[in-house]
Amino acid sequence: MKRRALLAGSAALAAAPYAAARAADKTKIVWWHAMTAALGEQVQHLVDEFNKSQDTVEVQGVFKGGYADTMNAAIAASRAGQAPHLVQVFEVGTGTMINAPGKFVKQVWELSKETGIALDPKNYIGAVRGYYSLPDGRMASMPFNSSTAMMWYSKDAFKKAGLDPAKPPTTWEDVVKAAKAIKDSNAAEIPCTSAWFSWIQLEQFSALHNLPFASKEDGFAGLDTELKFNSKAHIAHLDRLIGMAKDGTFKYTGRDSTPSQLLISGKVGIHFDSSGERGDLVKSAQFEWGEALLPFDPQVIKAPLNSIIGGASLWTMTAPGRTPAEYKGVAEFLAFIGKAENDAYWHQHTGYVPVTLAGFDLSKKQGFYEKNVGADLPAQQLTRGTVTPNSKGLRLGRLVEIRNNIYEEVEKAFQGGQTAKEALDNAVARGNKVLRDFQKSIKA
Amino acid sequence: MERRTVFGGWLLPILLVLPQLTLTGFFFYWPAAQAVWSSMTTQDAFGAGEVFVGLDNFSELLADPLYVASVGRTVVFCVTVSALAMGLALALAVFADREIRGKGAYRTLLIWPYAIAPALSSILFLFILDPRVGMLGRPLNRMGIDWDYHLNGNQALLTVVMASAWKQVSYNFIFFLAGLQSIPRAVIEAARMDGAKGWRRFRTITFPLLAPTTFFLLVVNIVYAAFDTFGTINALTHGGPGKDTETLVLKVYRDGFINQDIGSSSAQSVILMLGVIAITALQFRFMGKKVTE
Amino acid sequence: MARQDRDWFAHAMLGLGVVLFALPVWLVLAGSTQDSDAIARGDLSLVPDLTNFSAYPRVLAHGTMGAQPVWHMLLVSLGMALCIAGGKIAISILSAYAVVFFRFPFRKIAFWSIFVTLMLPVEVRIMPTYSVMATFGLINTFTGLWVPLIASATATLLFRQVFVAIPDELVEAARMDGAGPLRFLKDIVIPVSGANIAALFVILFVYGWNQYLWPLLVATDPGLDTIVIGLVKMIGVETQTDWSAVMATAVLALLPPVAVVLLMQRWFVAGLTEGEK
Repeated sequence: MKRRALLAGSAALAAAPYAAARAADKTKIVWWHAMTAALGEQVQHLVDEFNKSQDTVEVQGVFKGGYADTMNAAIAASRAGQAPHLVQVFEVGTGTMINAPGKFVKQVWELSKETGIALDPKNYIGAVRGYYSLPDGRMASMPFNSSTAMMWYSKDAFKKAGLDPAKPPTTWEDVVKAAKAIKDSNAAEIPCTSAWFSWIQLEQFSALHNLPFASKEDGFAGLDTELKFNSKAHIAHLDRLIGMAKDGTFKYTGRDSTPSQLLISGKVGIHFDSSGERGDLVKSAQFEWGEALLPFDPQVIKAPLNSIIGGASLWTMTAPGRTPAEYKGVAEFLAFIGKAENDAYWHQHTGYVPVTLAGFDLSKKQGFYEKNVGADLPAQQLTRGTVTPNSKGLRLGRLVEIRNNIYEEVEKAFQGGQTAKEALDNAVARGNKVLRDFQKSIKA
Repeated sequence: MERRTVFGGWLLPILLVLPQLTLTGFFFYWPAAQAVWSSMTTQDAFGAGEVFVGLDNFSELLADPLYVASVGRTVVFCVTVSALAMGLALALAVFADREIRGKGAYRTLLIWPYAIAPALSSILFLFILDPRVGMLGRPLNRMGIDWDYHLNGNQALLTVVMASAWKQVSYNFIFFLAGLQSIPRAVIEAARMDGAKGWRRFRTITFPLLAPTTFFLLVVNIVYAAFDTFGTINALTHGGPGKDTETLVLKVYRDGFINQDIGSSSAQSVILMLGVIAITALQFRFMGKKVTE
Repeated sequence: MARQDRDWFAHAMLGLGVVLFALPVWLVLAGSTQDSDAIARGDLSLVPDLTNFSAYPRVLAHGTMGAQPVWHMLLVSLGMALCIAGGKIAISILSAYAVVFFRFPFRKIAFWSIFVTLMLPVEVRIMPTYSVMATFGLINTFTGLWVPLIASATATLLFRQVFVAIPDELVEAARMDGAGPLRFLKDIVIPVSGANIAALFVILFVYGWNQYLWPLLVATDPGLDTIVIGLVKMIGVETQTDWSAVMATAVLALLPPVAVVLLMQRWFVAGLTEGEK
């Protein structure tokens, strides 16, 4: 019957010598990542370069889906004793990973100690490594692709509205005025909007203004953290945006990166989005655009602090039977990507910021920022001022769910269904319940 | 529900049914049992520190007004998508069953949409319906219609209903067509010679003879709408704005996969599973009889 | 004549149906000939640029860096889809036949326990299924790609419906001819179900072809990448996407299912003539 032939054929395929190509002497390291398209190609480039640079370790990069899928795959594999050596986990998964038992995850400081390969936290930009470190400064995971939030604006729209394209607004008051000018002169279809609303308008806002997003150092100091983003200042900011929406100068355009499309197509006057949008703009935009630092509210803080990162980091996973040679291979790869020239390469070819100070310096020396005006602003924004407990980043379990709750409540407010205060109060209440559930599941 | 004439013996049928039962045991019941067990625990993402909490997850869900609202929303969604997808497919199948020119081409063109990878079809819908860059979305707004499913809950629901139904129409079309083809031409001719006109023929002959297919599709469509629409809804609205398009399966996926809340998402799956089983059992009871006479 | 009026109406309705439902397919075809940057800006046009098929050789030559060549992924997808479609149809016919044409102890339980498998979404089953496969050592194997996917009951339900509707006269006639149950299955039941088997084959082939979540989870070796995984890998999330390449790959990925549909059309007609018992 046809089916028997098919089964035989499939058995043949299964036995095919895919594995034969593996040189028996090299230590094989498997890295699960979530990078697609151009980023996937850059990942492959890094892997190839590492493999070429020495002959004892071979890294294999494997695409495992989006961030959520990759993390789930790693967890499922872990539970079955088949975890990969390295996995790329998005920043919001840090809470889960950092509380994982030692039999699943090996933190960077431990990896470095065991293998004797130096992975010194001091080499990494403070705001970047802070997100992924223990309260005492030891690194738990290796920063890899980090972005931060920036303000993007259309110079064409500015010109049309009578604003100076070389002087983007620096305070929120100025943003409101500029958006109004754009609206009044019809210079852009959407005067102002924002992608990643929760990340930028609440999380980044808190960091910049030295406001706690959550208690206990934004969650770093304990699982019994509680959300605090319904303070007067936060409510005032959301009120401001809702007020702009009523005036027609701000439009809520969707969750996560849905609004990013609008920026590329030139329909927005002032836009808030990831620093990673630069690549798309350079490649596809057909209008004159500019990159600028995030605006701040001088009534809340005189000089804004650093912004926090988004993106992902690399976690080392353990598995039964994993040898010291394999861990050494992992550490060598992590050291490799932290070298100035590799970090600079990754930064310059993707939209991500350099994660090492050396990488940033090298890019400066190479004149990268002269040729790409504004590309140093993200790193600048990450390194300005002194990092405080409110600007280290967030360490909250189930942060994705908390962000979703925020989206839902904020959307209701933009629909006119509730006030800014109600929206933030609701989001905090729902989010706190999530945090308590998470706490229970860890203590258990 | 029964045939009158059957074959004797019991060994042969048991052997025939064994392959599927074995696979079902391993790939459905074993995982389902794990899901039921997980639904009664709290655990972290890695399964460490698993604590048995009895029916706590269930009582929390049923006491949550947001969850209950989700149930109602899901029912509305399932009924609308099924009705739309089946109605349109039936109409198209009836037309494509006629002896008209180009019937093969029409059939092929109407079946192709089913072959588009779901990951891609959601993106295509975005290209069509997005309020600002969409092929239809943009002109709608220019005409003065305030089309924005990122902010308008009803429009969002309409959008996900359309996108979900769209995917199912091809599926239903194929089976309705097969069902129509199985109706002996002799029966249709006899009815026509008796003077029954098109619509009357359809109502008294064709539709009743299609009943087995219709019943099958009804079950499948409701299950599809309840379970397989996660990807479509998530890509288009993420369940928003607010919670306006959050169906039960979206919540299951979100809690299980993204929030790593294994306990609650397993409990939700169990509830969902029981609900759909109940609905299907009812369908069998009320329609199964008529269908097999 | 009234006949022609009805034909015109049928054409109109079908034409409208095609426009509504085939529009996204057309978009993919048209998009594969347009400029990626323009598409990224939202300027996707319905009119294909018939001078620009450059995306196709580009994509066939090297897909994305680090990925398998497209022809290899197509082969994996083909194998997987055929195994799923063939496997599922085979076991479902056997099960439905047993449940409908026999009376045996535990018959009702067997039917319901198979039938209930419709009711649990893949996403819920996926983590436990993964550990089951790990126990059998089938992670990262070709067999592991398709075996869990043939367990569900959709096909069994359909065949049950079809078999229940088979007229008693046929069974009587077969018994009087001295045919046993297996002969009856082979000579009468399967041919009579021809149109439905064809329909199911199309559906299951496409279902298997478009599987994403499970193959992604269970296979790590890039040699086991399916074309759909390859396709998703090309769609950038935090980065720019080469849209024309994505659409060209999607068109290539559409061709085998389309070929299956065209082939199965003939079976539809065959089913028609068989129906004249």
